[in-house]
Amino acid sequence: MGSLKLTSIRKAFGTHEVLKGIDLEVEDGEFVIFVGPSGCGKSTLLRVIAGLEDASSGSMQIDGQEVATVPPAKRGIAMVFQSYALYPHLTVKDNMGLGLKQAGTPKPEIETRVAEASRMLSLGPYLARRPAELSGGQRQRVAIGRATVREPKLFLFDEPLSNLDAALRVQTRLEIARLHRQLKATMIYVTHDQVEAMTLADKIVVLNAGAIEQVGSPMELYNKPANTFVAGFIGSPQMNFIEADRLGDAQAKTLGIRPEHIALSREAGDWQAKIVHVEHLGADTILYLETEETGLLTVRLFGEHRFAADEIVFATPDRSRLHRFDAKDQAIA
Amino acid sequence: MAKARTSLVRTGLIHLALISYTLIALFPVFLTLVNSFKSRNAIFRDPMAIPTPSTFDLVGYKTVLAQGDFFGYFQNSMIVTVVAIALVLLFGAMAAFALSEYRFRGNLLMGLYLALGIMIPIRLGTVAILQGMVAAGLVNTLTALVLVYTAQGLPLAIFILSEFMRTVSDDLKNAGRIDGLSEYAIFFRLVLPLVRPAMATVAVFTMIPIWNDLWFPLILAPGEETKTVTLGAQMFIGQFVTNWNAVLSALSLAILPVLVLYVIFSRQLIRGITSGAVK
Repeated sequence: MGSLKLTSIRKAFGTHEVLKGIDLEVEDGEFVIFVGPSGCGKSTLLRVIAGLEDASSGSMQIDGQEVATVPPAKRGIAMVFQSYALYPHLTVKDNMGLGLKQAGTPKPEIETRVAEASRMLSLGPYLARRPAELSGGQRQRVAIGRATVREPKLFLFDEPLSNLDAALRVQTRLEIARLHRQLKATMIYVTHDQVEAMTLADKIVVLNAGAIEQVGSPMELYNKPANTFVAGFIGSPQMNFIEADRLGDAQAKTLGIRPEHIALSREAGDWQAKIVHVEHLGADTILYLETEETGLLTVRLFGEHRFAADEIVFATPDRSRLHRFDAKDQAIA
Repeated sequence: MAKARTSLVRTGLIHLALISYTLIALFPVFLTLVNSFKSRNAIFRDPMAIPTPSTFDLVGYKTVLAQGDFFGYFQNSMIVTVVAIALVLLFGAMAAFALSEYRFRGNLLMGLYLALGIMIPIRLGTVAILQGMVAAGLVNTLTALVLVYTAQGLPLAIFILSEFMRTVSDDLKNAGRIDGLSEYAIFFRLVLPLVRPAMATVAVFTMIPIWNDLWFPLILAPGEETKTVTLGAQMFIGQFVTNWNAVLSALSLAILPVLVLYVIFSRQLIRGITSGAVK
């Protein structure tokens, strides 16, 4: 079991309001990711859930139990930190076992749980080492192991992959996904990396300036962004935004079209454009165009394409994939 | 080649500067040690000379060991210094932890107030301290000295330690909280081991002035039972006649315990287990 319910959670530091009334429900076994630009309050929200910060107001329930006044260790949570936060003077085994020892779990039980976690994360050979003798990836696995042995209702991850290099990041990401499948535990994960968000999440919560912009599955956010912020934040390269009246759409203020939903042709199309710059990535070719109607436009073509700067081409958007936003930046259904 | 030569000149100059500073710093110590092994006549005839078989004389050490209770003085100095360091480190670290870890109203003012003692010499309050000690019946006790030295050492200790404690990762302390460690356990088991080099620095800074102090022992504890080494050595310095052999021997002996303490602390300075905690 591990459901979470937040009701109008607010958090202010002095006069500065970091969280402006967060309402959120997380079902048992869900993988929920908080994503947003730095300073949007996603880490603060996670720390409030963990009990490391007190919310200024609002209520919070884990499994239907009000936990606002319960200390972190008694909330049935475990947390993995960006900086690993391993105890430097303890061995890997003691690092993983400390929480259980503090909770008064009998020794044999600690032994079996640590053995189980270290088997799952292939940490067996390192149990007797201290954190200083491990590589970055191993340290993060120990931190994840330390979280799993507690068998928490709720796993909290605070940007766990940010300190790892690119190759290790992908590998650890897969490991976390596998862990979620095996444990079927509820996980809440904070990241600013939308690739992590899209690949891991059952449900993404997009935060901006202390408020929730949209909650939905990765594909919902991609296909039906609720506003221009979500539309711009999810998807890479970013969605193209075009002033609607330049294209003669009177109802909408802004039109959005993703770079991968624009077709390119040398012969004919909607918008005549001059190529400003081309990026060849192998799997993709990304072109930056200058057009009369839309200004600067990013286009993403799959595969390799021979285009060069200063060429004149024609771009045609896929009309069915066009997103329309009103004067308040909200999507028009 | 040119590059190698300039770097050779550079390292040479650096070494020259360091060596000359070392010589200047060690010269008084050297002079004290050398002359403590010479006869009285030899000290005055040629103070710079190294003892030769004809000038070698242990009369200074014999006087020191024969007159007065020098072992007792050493014991007093040791007790006062060690207890004061222990109290300074304990209370200093606790105050520093509170100041750096918790947000509370008046945190900054509290920090400034506690650091004020760095700028105001404690000796300005000597009269008041003496009156207080008389009223409390603590005159001629080691407790009086320990209390004064603890107060004297705390401001710098809090200042240095709170800066260091700010550098201890928040994530680590939070991990401890989630694992159910109490705030005391976080302080003693997570934070203190990580700031051990800073603690050693503070210990050294605290130790030297206490060991060398003559002022407060003279005023607060001049009795035979509570004399410290520096005060004990004073009995050989008279208005008209000074027994230099005894003074130099006493001072030479006084270097030893503080040297031992320094070696202990400086080992802590070097041995750090901070690596691998975070990042």
